[in-house]
Amino acid sequence: MEWIQQLINGISLGSIYALIALGYTMVYGIIKLINFAHGDVFMVGSFIGFYSITVFGLGFFPALILSMAACALFGVIIERIAYKRLRNATRIAALITAIGVSLLIEYGVIYIRGAQPEAYPDVFSNRSFAFLGAQISIQSILILSVSVVLMILLQFIVHKTKTGKAMRAVSHDTEAAKLMGINVDNTISATFAIGSALAGAAGVIFGIYYTKIDPLMGVIPGVKAFVAAVLGGIGIIPGAMVGGLVLGVVETIVSALGFSLWRDAAAFVILILILIFRPSGIFGKNTREKV
Amino acid sequence: MKKSKFASLFLSSSLLIGILAGCGAEEGSSSEGGDTIKIGANLELSGATASYGTSEADAIDLAVEEINDAGGIDGKKIELIKVDNKSDAAEATNAAIKLTSQDKVTAIIGAATSGNSVAQVQIATDTKTPMISPSGTSTTVTVGDDGKVNPFTFRTAFIDPFQGTVAANFAANELKVKTAAVYADNASDYAKGLAASFIKDFEAAGGKIVAEESYVAKDTDFRSTLTNIKSSNPEFIFIPGYYEEVGLIVKQARELGITVPLMGADGWDSPTLVDLAGADALNNSFIITAFSSEDPDGKAKDFSEKFKEKYGKDPNSFNALGYDTVYLLKDAIERAGSTDGTKIKEAIEATDQLELVTGLYSVDENHHPIKSAVIIEYVDGAQVFKTKVNP
Repeated sequence: MEWIQQLINGISLGSIYALIALGYTMVYGIIKLINFAHGDVFMVGSFIGFYSITVFGLGFFPALILSMAACALFGVIIERIAYKRLRNATRIAALITAIGVSLLIEYGVIYIRGAQPEAYPDVFSNRSFAFLGAQISIQSILILSVSVVLMILLQFIVHKTKTGKAMRAVSHDTEAAKLMGINVDNTISATFAIGSALAGAAGVIFGIYYTKIDPLMGVIPGVKAFVAAVLGGIGIIPGAMVGGLVLGVVETIVSALGFSLWRDAAAFVILILILIFRPSGIFGKNTREKV
Repeated sequence: MKKSKFASLFLSSSLLIGILAGCGAEEGSSSEGGDTIKIGANLELSGATASYGTSEADAIDLAVEEINDAGGIDGKKIELIKVDNKSDAAEATNAAIKLTSQDKVTAIIGAATSGNSVAQVQIATDTKTPMISPSGTSTTVTVGDDGKVNPFTFRTAFIDPFQGTVAANFAANELKVKTAAVYADNASDYAKGLAASFIKDFEAAGGKIVAEESYVAKDTDFRSTLTNIKSSNPEFIFIPGYYEEVGLIVKQARELGITVPLMGADGWDSPTLVDLAGADALNNSFIITAFSSEDPDGKAKDFSEKFKEKYGKDPNSFNALGYDTVYLLKDAIERAGSTDGTKIKEAIEATDQLELVTGLYSVDENHHPIKSAVIIEYVDGAQVFKTKVNP
């Protein structure tokens, strides 16, 4: 029953990618910006969770919520300070700024607390039980359910609330949305807040599942989540979820076949193939260029 | 106190003279005729790796004191001349020049790190001064890039790949396992060297390697590869690597229900390992070190007590290696019956099963030690002395 175990490994990894990918995709959907600082928001979220558990003695759920709230605020601050004034600048200018913000966060954290890694405390028991010959830990079940709940919540916000409606409208056509009386700036901030909160949640979950966190931990998951977002179709929310899960499972299968050293390469091969054969991603429609 | 004042005075004045007198150095390093034997210590007393150098210096002081109190070597007292190489290779070379040309020492102890030891090799060879690095583990300390042995250079610590041999012997003879898996860090020469020597010696002992996997430093997810390893049912897993990844590997392995013994080498040895893996997960895992202060062996115990009395703390591996280096040298000088560099070198080469604090010590043709190693077991997050594996 090795394959069931590998599938569980893959889905756990994939759900973390998916949570990060959601933030990428939402921001891209609304202002066409690849927010490279997103992986670092994920890192900051992980550290906030770590300190709220170790220093303030909070449990998992309070730490998760605190980290999500702090990251939401952090995301809005980044948007207001760094990206807002570039709203009408070229896309390359915004992209370069995003890379700059990313480096600033990474090395800012190193400056404040040093580069040494930190070990997440065990908030759940390490118990695991056998299921169809596979070992499933209590942790991975809780982590999966938290991810699923957050994704459902996101769908609800996007489709059933006024903010969500505004987000969809701005994403569809910013100018028209403005004419309809939608406060575009606030809607964009809300998008950053929600995306960053999800990254914060992913950070806490990552810390609990993988134990080790450090100031540069956001780089690789950030890039992988970007691949996941492109795979699913960037700008499309369900695409990010599916893309993340597919990527997680593919990486696991590559390792399972004995090519563990090629695992990272597999992710980027997928990115290249998708860009060549289906640039709009799995869920993407072939959109016409607006003239 | 008095001693160190004297040493620093001596140092600063002789450094000055050294510039003037450096070229007048004569061939050889003999200090025959005097009633002391001069031994130089070229150590990292300041700078980035000062903790290694000062640890060794402390233990060297202790050993010299003991030997002198007991009447010295063949009736001659040891005169220790310590030089700080500031953890810098160029300074290490300068220090070696000073020791050989001005102080005309019989032998040099040091340096603590491989790089600073390599920096003195040429001087040692040219002046025919035997040099023993207590803790330089790189093969390049005693074997040059051309594959030739540096004739006057020796070391006290075992080299990295030797730990793979120790792990293989421990698995095959002590744990009596028949099958093993190897999971190595593919990005480090250290881990690859250990893995290769483990596989060679474990198979030579009649064992079978059922899985051979690798990871890359900075990975965080090892579950899929560990699942693979688990399905091949090894009785033992050897994981050469550094604690940052190993901590996660151990934790994830136990979560996947892998309960067999896990083993690594000195790369595991960090308090962070226990934080990352968790004390529970680390149970039933082993590491190799040169020395443990809990070693019940008479010599080691004696040393631990004496060291604690003098410095108020338990000795670490560097302390033990520094201490042993002095005794290794003493033994060689006694057997050589002379302070002539070439004779001492030949005596060190002939060292056979010399009893030291870190175990039995012999030298192979590449000047690598063949010696005992200590196996440490993790019990609820604490390092506990398990056994000593003799060569």
